[in-house]
Amino acid sequence: MSELSFEDVTVRFGRLTAVDGVNLTVPDGTVVGLVGESGSGKSTLARAAVGLIRPSGGRILLDGRPLPRKTRPLQMVFQDPYSSLDPRMTVGDSVAEAIPRGAAAGRTARRAEVTRLLELVDLPPDRAGLYPVQLSGGQRQRVALARALAGRPEVIIADEITSALDVSIQGTVLNLVRDLQRRLRLSMLFISHNLAVVRYVSDIIAVMYLGRIVECGPADDVLLDPQHPYTRELLAAIPGTDAPVEAAVADTEPADPHHPPAGCRFHPRCPIGPLVHPDRRACLEIEPVAAGHRNGAACHFAADIVVRTDRHQPV
Amino acid sequence: MRSRWGSVLRTPVGVSAAALLAAVLLLAVLAPLVWSAEADAIDTGSILRGSSAEHWMGTDNLGRDIFARVMVATRLSVVLALVATSIGVLAGLVLGTAPLVLGARAGRIVTAAVNIAVAFPGLLLALFFAVIFGVGATGALLAIGFAIAPGFARLTQTLVARVAGLDFVAAARLAGVGRARLIVRHILPNIGEPLMVNATIAAGNTLLAFAGLSFLGLGVQPPAYDWGRLLGDGLGGIYIHPAAALAPGVAVVVAGLAFNLFGEAMAKGIGRQTAAVPVRRWRRPAATPVQRVPGPDAVLAVEGLRVSFPGPVTPVRGVGFTVRRGEAVGIVGESGSGKTLTALAIARLIEEPGEVSADRLEFLGKDLRTGSGPALRRLLGTSLAMVFQDPTTSFNPTRRMGRQLAEVAEVHQGLGRRPALARAVDRLRAVRIPAAERRARQFPHEFSGGMRQRAMIGMGLMGTPALIVADEPTTALDVTVQKQVLRLLERIRADDSVAILLISHDIAVVREVCDRVLVMYAGRIVEELPAADMHRLARHPYTRALLAAVPDMTTDRDRPLAAIPGRPADPTRLPVGCAFAPRCPLADEQCVREDPPLVADVLGHRVACWHADLVVGEPR
Repeated sequence: MSELSFEDVTVRFGRLTAVDGVNLTVPDGTVVGLVGESGSGKSTLARAAVGLIRPSGGRILLDGRPLPRKTRPLQMVFQDPYSSLDPRMTVGDSVAEAIPRGAAAGRTARRAEVTRLLELVDLPPDRAGLYPVQLSGGQRQRVALARALAGRPEVIIADEITSALDVSIQGTVLNLVRDLQRRLRLSMLFISHNLAVVRYVSDIIAVMYLGRIVECGPADDVLLDPQHPYTRELLAAIPGTDAPVEAAVADTEPADPHHPPAGCRFHPRCPIGPLVHPDRRACLEIEPVAAGHRNGAACHFAADIVVRTDRHQPV
Repeated sequence: MRSRWGSVLRTPVGVSAAALLAAVLLLAVLAPLVWSAEADAIDTGSILRGSSAEHWMGTDNLGRDIFARVMVATRLSVVLALVATSIGVLAGLVLGTAPLVLGARAGRIVTAAVNIAVAFPGLLLALFFAVIFGVGATGALLAIGFAIAPGFARLTQTLVARVAGLDFVAAARLAGVGRARLIVRHILPNIGEPLMVNATIAAGNTLLAFAGLSFLGLGVQPPAYDWGRLLGDGLGGIYIHPAAALAPGVAVVVAGLAFNLFGEAMAKGIGRQTAAVPVRRWRRPAATPVQRVPGPDAVLAVEGLRVSFPGPVTPVRGVGFTVRRGEAVGIVGESGSGKTLTALAIARLIEEPGEVSADRLEFLGKDLRTGSGPALRRLLGTSLAMVFQDPTTSFNPTRRMGRQLAEVAEVHQGLGRRPALARAVDRLRAVRIPAAERRARQFPHEFSGGMRQRAMIGMGLMGTPALIVADEPTTALDVTVQKQVLRLLERIRADDSVAILLISHDIAVVREVCDRVLVMYAGRIVEELPAADMHRLARHPYTRALLAAVPDMTTDRDRPLAAIPGRPADPTRLPVGCAFAPRCPLADEQCVREDPPLVADVLGHRVACWHADLVVGEPR
């Protein structure tokens, strides 16, 4: 069992609240995809989970208990494989460094463990002596995965791991991630801004907007029957989908995380909010809550969507 | 790493500096063994003599040979300089890495202290410490060492801050690496080179500083002697026999020069990151594609476009296509495929030492290859609009948006200040920027990324463009904003029949906007096909693999994505034959031997593959 849960987690940097009271559970052996635009707090949440940032409030629990300090059951794979490997260390050394002391004692045992880990990510073990410069982006990302697996983690946090890679390489890395997750029964928080990529790997999808989770549910549910207008906007924005756009919100600007709007944070861009329906005052004043809505959609008029905006439904 | 040090030694300055430094160090070791006896031999019979065959540089007030004494003094002078430098570097490293070890709060205090210390002049610090530690060699050693420490601490802090922010440090922390090991294994190796360069130069300066302190009587005390003291002793009689003062002076200069020159040579060698890679010349395709005559409605006609850089590297190798009025053409390809360079070459934005050549490069019927007169500049300035990937760097951050747009109309259309600004506001409105008049008075940083990109398009619309070249215009933007920008491009195209050349790595984006798609691989167009039916019509193995490797919203989640083996082609070492052959499932001997030409079928669909006919059906 390894279930990662965020309970009311808040992260502040000075006056900026990057993550604001997030509740999210990554159940055992499942992949939770986290989507949202830049500035929504996805990466901050990831860094808080692995302990690189200390949350200002709330708790991060593994199987209901606070994260242990000695062992490292959470590991992270970073976005840019060009900066996540030490250029002065061979990849073998980088991976070996992450092997816990207790796991493999002695030089030969450690070398065997490095070989095992590299084979796990489909890299020939003779690459251990190479430096990161000598590897391609995709190979580096594999090394980064091997290093994350070295600590025998129960949960892997993958932060935009394919977005720095060339399109021809992305596919192989995604295949590997999915394959490893299933074979090792890992729990995984998979962060990406690309809905198609998230859809491909995730069992559960959570949508984040300005530091809050605005919708979270089984992948098919969220993608085929989105409850929150922001989720719908994300889906409509995928190139190739032709959805008519509400003129009043067509060219609205993304909100500034430093000055979040009052009431519902999405209201200045919302196609079912006060810009389109002037009578919907609640959006301007009251923060919507997740409770009581399907997929925990944080929207006053979530239930309205299906009726109101049938014509937006992407097919 | 080793090759970089090698490259230091390959330059003339590097070689002479290294030789000089080696000579100085050798002398420091050997001189006392050879000349000690002579240097200490007191000869009351020949006091304060000038140069002679017996004493080259004369004798001092006890009749000791000055040349021998200068040679012997090498050891003490160099050792003192090196030890003082080591003290300074070590203290600097400790202070510089302290913020990382102590944590944020204590670190801030250390940083503040270092910043204050840096503000003091070094010599003042040295004199201050000399008073504290007392007059003598040890005192001077500590004084100079600590005087140079703040500078090193500041340098170390800056370098550490840069490296500590990188992901591999975060990854090491996650792996449970302790702070001390983090610094030794991950941080220091990555900041070592600039520190060594600075330490070498500092050693030269320290040598001079020591000579100065000893000369003033604050340094080495008798009976010990270094170059500074010899200089001080000799100076009294400089009018009688100048050699006694000149000899140690020359020694100081030569040794100082050795250290400083070597440091400079190192800095230059290390700064030059990339060495030229020898490449094999690529061969032209055997059959030259038929020269197509562009139709009368062609906005842009390109044939045989090549871009090369010294090395020699040719990242664009014979690209040809046409764009008709009001048409949207997309170029897709991976990094290094030459798609951006193609765009830059069309806009004549390739700078020295890059070289552009083409069999045909016509924009609105004008040949872009010849001439660079004002008429051509005006044509490009008003009829060709460029939109770049990063909207943050496309604008001058210190000027108001409205003025930056207005400048285009002032320069190219000769409009006055006021009408130009009015047009700028109008154009901002045309690209759907809300409250355009107020926004025109704002600075670029007050715009969001999407708004900046729209303003960039608005800048292109200041003239009456016939073609908008957009290079990854939405890559830095969020999907919702991307949609807005793509919609805007489409609307402009529909309203004024402006042609669009959209360059992107994202097939989905290109497919949404464009009529035709050019697929580039390793500097060549490998396929040209209609955007709408890509999945069905794609015949080049690369295009098909690309389409299958990228997941979309209909991808079967239970099946693995198609993979393209190998890595993207490296433009510096392209194979003789088809550049895609090493990754291609269909490659055979012919592919390895000969580069396939780009040939068109009856429908105008072009493909460069020997086996294009083998490929049929959906690519998955």
